[in-house]
Amino acid sequence: MKRSSFAFPYGLWMLMFTVVPIFLIFYYAFTFMGEFTLENFQMFLEPEFLGILGHSLYLAALCTALCLLVGYPAALFLAGRDFKRSHIIVVLFVIPMWMNFLLRTYAWMTLLEDTGIINRFLEWIGIGRKKLMYTESAVLMGMVYNFLPFMVFPVYSVLAKSDYRLIEAANDLGANGAVTFWRVTLPLSVPGIVSGVTMVFMPAVTTFVIPRLLGGGTFMMFGDLIENQFLTVGDWNFGSALSLIMMALILVSIGILNRFDPDGQAEGSGVL
Amino acid sequence: MKTFKKLYLAAVLIFLYAPIAVLIVYSFNASETRAVWGGFSLKWYGELLHDESILQALYVTVSVAALATLAATVLGTLAAVGIHSMKAGMRAVFMNITNLPMLMPDIVTGISLMILFLFARVPRGYGTMLMAHITFDTPYVIFSVLPRLKRMDKNLYEAALDLGCPPAQALKKVILPQIMPGVVTGALLSFTMSLDDFAISYFTSVRTQNLSMLIYSMTRRKVPPTINALSTVMFLTVLALLLLITGRSNKADKAATK
Repeated sequence: MKRSSFAFPYGLWMLMFTVVPIFLIFYYAFTFMGEFTLENFQMFLEPEFLGILGHSLYLAALCTALCLLVGYPAALFLAGRDFKRSHIIVVLFVIPMWMNFLLRTYAWMTLLEDTGIINRFLEWIGIGRKKLMYTESAVLMGMVYNFLPFMVFPVYSVLAKSDYRLIEAANDLGANGAVTFWRVTLPLSVPGIVSGVTMVFMPAVTTFVIPRLLGGGTFMMFGDLIENQFLTVGDWNFGSALSLIMMALILVSIGILNRFDPDGQAEGSGVL
Repeated sequence: MKTFKKLYLAAVLIFLYAPIAVLIVYSFNASETRAVWGGFSLKWYGELLHDESILQALYVTVSVAALATLAATVLGTLAAVGIHSMKAGMRAVFMNITNLPMLMPDIVTGISLMILFLFARVPRGYGTMLMAHITFDTPYVIFSVLPRLKRMDKNLYEAALDLGCPPAQALKKVILPQIMPGVVTGALLSFTMSLDDFAISYFTSVRTQNLSMLIYSMTRRKVPPTINALSTVMFLTVLALLLLITGRSNKADKAATK
């Protein structure tokens, strides 16, 4: 028996549970009542659906930018030499990630609701209640909250592994803090940024739980739309076409992102 | 500057922990509504222990994660050994198939499997959920084991065969001990991915709910306060486990540097 045959049960399993299902999605996307058609894709070109896609991309991009803005300094400080016990702080960043994702989102519901802590605080300081739940900001907040660690860890693990002597050399050669950061630290961290952006943008653009819970169905995101087609509308053909569009979108964005990291050094799970 | 860094990290950590802290505080609230503080009480913890649907969902979550991890670890380890000894062309095919589920968004994986089960007229429940979990867990095992295999000295395996060891035994006695750390990492990854999964379970199971699905359906109706007690218990479990793991690895690090 050849050793490569050890992989055959797995190959068979994946054929059954990955290749065939994808084939089925392709089949439904390109047919209607069993006949070949491109209508499912044409339907997507209606302003309503293009609008939903545009809005999802916009929110996901905003979420990614916010995660980078908040997460990068955190990763930078953690990887620096200022804290003796930085590995403990890193663990503190990991813990919330291990809480069930639904519970974390539910926690925000209790904070943002009309009689929630934030509103009562606003009332107490005299501003008065504001509608926080079921808004776009609530959804954005929930996404940043859930995906922030995915930005912090890749950047942190790349920076923590990078050669500290490079920064010392830059300082010795007369570069000040800002120049060192701009010319040495930032370029070194590019692989981390690339994988962080990928790891935040992907789930942000595909999520349907967060807009459902925190947005309360007031507006739709792309993930919602797909789920809706299958579970509510029952239009498998259109739903499959949308799934393919989503996959194409993700493959294209990964392709674009990888151009910024030609060596393919990006990695994310280093800390875990 | 150092104070600024400290304050910044503290602020981010407060952002991460505040919602969890609020849930924990509410779990001790005697009042049923969150709007009123009805005094300290442990009654929601008592109700948690008697809530059939939560206990059932907990059982489903843990047992699916455990079984899926077991199956994925065996399937994935064997697959990694096989893939490692393949010729380039065949290996590329297998690696692409392994990459696919990692690239696919959860929702698409879930939906594609749902279509498969509906197409094959398999009723969606515990079994289909388990199959789906095995499918998305196995690539993690392969990706954890393959680097170990690459680092291994392949002469050792050949030497075992030359000395008359049958291949199956050589696998067990020569290869397995060397790739064990990768196998363990893969299994742990699988287990955590399974525990936390919502999207794929949501599409592949109707009759059986795991915890994520139960919480999802609860948040869409009136949320019972027992959910806060559940959050607290889960948070403390995670905290204890992580402290245990980091404590042990720190000890191991110290022992290694001595």
